[in-house]
Amino acid sequence: MTTNVIEKPDYNFDIVKLFTLATCFWGVVGMLGGVLIALQLAFPALNFEPYLNFGRLRPLHTSGVVFAFGGNALFATSYYVVQRTCQVRLWCDKLASFTFWGYQSFIVMAALGYVLGVTQSKEYAEPEWYADLWLTVVWVAYLLVFMGTIIKRKEPHLYVANWFFLAFILTVAVLHIGNNLSIPVDLFGTKSYSVPSGVQSAMIQWWYGHNAVGFFLTAGFLGMMYYFVPKRAERPVYSYRLSIIHFWSLIFIYIWAGPHHLHYTALPVWAQTLGMTFSIMLWMPSWGGMINGLMTLSGAWHKLRKDPVLQFMIVSLAFYGMSTFEGPLMSIRAVNSLSHYTDWTVGHVHSGALGWVGFVTFGCLYYLVPKLWNRSEVYSLKLVSIHLWVATFGIVLYIAAMWVSGIMQGLMWRSYNDMGFLNYSFVETVVAMHPFYIIRALGGLMYLSGALIMCYNFYRTIKGDVAAGEVDKDGNPRAAVHTGRLPQFQPAE
Amino acid sequence: MNLKNHEFLEKNSIVLLITIILVVLVGGIIEIIPLFREGTVIERVEGVRPYTPLELAGYNIYIREGCYNCHSQQIRPLRDEVARYGHYSLAAESMYDHPFQWGSKRTGPDLARVGGKYSDAWHVAHLTDPRSVVPESIMPTYAFLKHRAVKTDDLDKHLSALRVVGVPYTDDMISNAVNDATIQATGDPLTDTAGLLGRYGEKTVARDFDGQGNVVSEMDALVAYLQVLGTMVDFKAAQEVENEVINK
Repeated sequence: MTTNVIEKPDYNFDIVKLFTLATCFWGVVGMLGGVLIALQLAFPALNFEPYLNFGRLRPLHTSGVVFAFGGNALFATSYYVVQRTCQVRLWCDKLASFTFWGYQSFIVMAALGYVLGVTQSKEYAEPEWYADLWLTVVWVAYLLVFMGTIIKRKEPHLYVANWFFLAFILTVAVLHIGNNLSIPVDLFGTKSYSVPSGVQSAMIQWWYGHNAVGFFLTAGFLGMMYYFVPKRAERPVYSYRLSIIHFWSLIFIYIWAGPHHLHYTALPVWAQTLGMTFSIMLWMPSWGGMINGLMTLSGAWHKLRKDPVLQFMIVSLAFYGMSTFEGPLMSIRAVNSLSHYTDWTVGHVHSGALGWVGFVTFGCLYYLVPKLWNRSEVYSLKLVSIHLWVATFGIVLYIAAMWVSGIMQGLMWRSYNDMGFLNYSFVETVVAMHPFYIIRALGGLMYLSGALIMCYNFYRTIKGDVAAGEVDKDGNPRAAVHTGRLPQFQPAE
Repeated sequence: MNLKNHEFLEKNSIVLLITIILVVLVGGIIEIIPLFREGTVIERVEGVRPYTPLELAGYNIYIREGCYNCHSQQIRPLRDEVARYGHYSLAAESMYDHPFQWGSKRTGPDLARVGGKYSDAWHVAHLTDPRSVVPESIMPTYAFLKHRAVKTDDLDKHLSALRVVGVPYTDDMISNAVNDATIQATGDPLTDTAGLLGRYGEKTVARDFDGQGNVVSEMDALVAYLQVLGTMVDFKAAQEVENEVINK
């Protein structure tokens, strides 16, 4: 058997390592914030005015998990994937470093703002104008680094994962600029007023908001799926043809779905109907992508039995399929009349965020960390398995609690007595949700515990330790890699 | 499908980049641009006016505290919502909100028409300690609002910025912004509210919202804002017109 020896490019993995560590750090911070605000809803005494009230901490949680945890994961994986699939080193080390420090400072800037009460009040776009301008600069640098690497690639074909990453970077730029047009009151102050108002600002906000889900939390993470699932399964992507259909239909259709957040509002009905129609159509590309990911395992299903990392990826695709089925359902106007304004929406978002975004990230990180630090595998696959099960039960508790409390509250709101009067006062519905808020907090706590187990696993992996009883692919015991120093300071092997 | 055509995109990254941008722009353009056509989106109703400087300060406190995270301001035309909260929300009623405060979640009740439903004293007690008036409430406390003075000195700048984005504040309103805020919040019978009412209409309410004499606190501003929510359009007067249309 002959092998062609290809000279391995000198990849820039340092930047990927930094983003990977930041992903773990912000993941724990963001999830901790989530557990705290979940407990505040169950026990209001946990609010500490003014800085730690629910209203100020909720954006801290959403931005923390979406932009800090998810964003750093996207930076890490896109920088890794684009180098590996283009067979070249990342373009411009300095600019890449700038994207790291620039992005972290954006996160800190935004977070400080929320606690101090600086917010635009647009969900998932709360940072004020100065932070938005800064993010724009960082994002342009990100696009330059990514495109610069693509342009100097050695591989003529651009691999499908890169299409998704590129669509994510470009569309997020368009959305970010489009939704943040505003006039500052004072160039030395934090406050600004958005250019559009009322109906128009609502439509633009949800055009942005839904596509923060569609492009930040979906297209980008599908890019991760298209690289890491085939890699871990050691199988090619199931269908190249399906990838093409998946890609173009997903990015075309997603953009239209925003108005389903505005059913029965003062937004013109034609816009609501368009949003609903495209949301239902979106089911198809979503499941096309899920099938492409799942079927990548054809011929390698036996690996799923033993490999908890692959299990993470496959469970994430199952959750992706479930939440992208639930989403179109909830976008139907009649269903939405019940679900909107209730915890059902919160449950839906979390089945996607915890199940899909979180799990695919964990799966990719478990693959990536040993690769980056030159280990054959993580410290303990057994701990990966424990993480998987603790987190999965956490999600089930979370979404089941939210389904029950959401549907219950929606039904209580529209319940009438024999005389035709409303059956329940608003506060009676609040009381009824209390037990479910406790269950939800417990589910969140379990999910957070799983993330902490992962961080410990990575700490030991980077240190070079191997847990007792861990075996390599051939079933032989794995030896520890004791370097005596923290490995990232070691010269490349 | 001819995969050869797609191969061209896969090998020419700049063309791929441009194609992606064009593909993602379509939906947004079709859904957003028509909403800016005059007169087709916002029905003409009487009574909707820009916020007074004090109410605007209240609106900004509402945003700062993240009230929108738990309270909606958008009543849907559904039987139970109209019964619980009042007439469904009209587009015109949020036309001066930069940005809208419709919200997406009702952990607490809708506030689109909370104005006039409760007394000022109730609001102050409720914001200071929600469980003192609604024992089962899970709302955080906002007692600090009573002890913080509203920043009024830059309200003219706020009005000017809003004028740039289309709110019809007059020069008169801008130059009197700071004074108007104080006058509206003190409610002292000796202060001349004629100027304020002349600028913002006879229905404008000037009184001591927070019950703290001459102090212009953030509580004054927030309560003034809450008390004006949903009260600008006179739905009783509109009812006759609506009935006439139905009878025809």
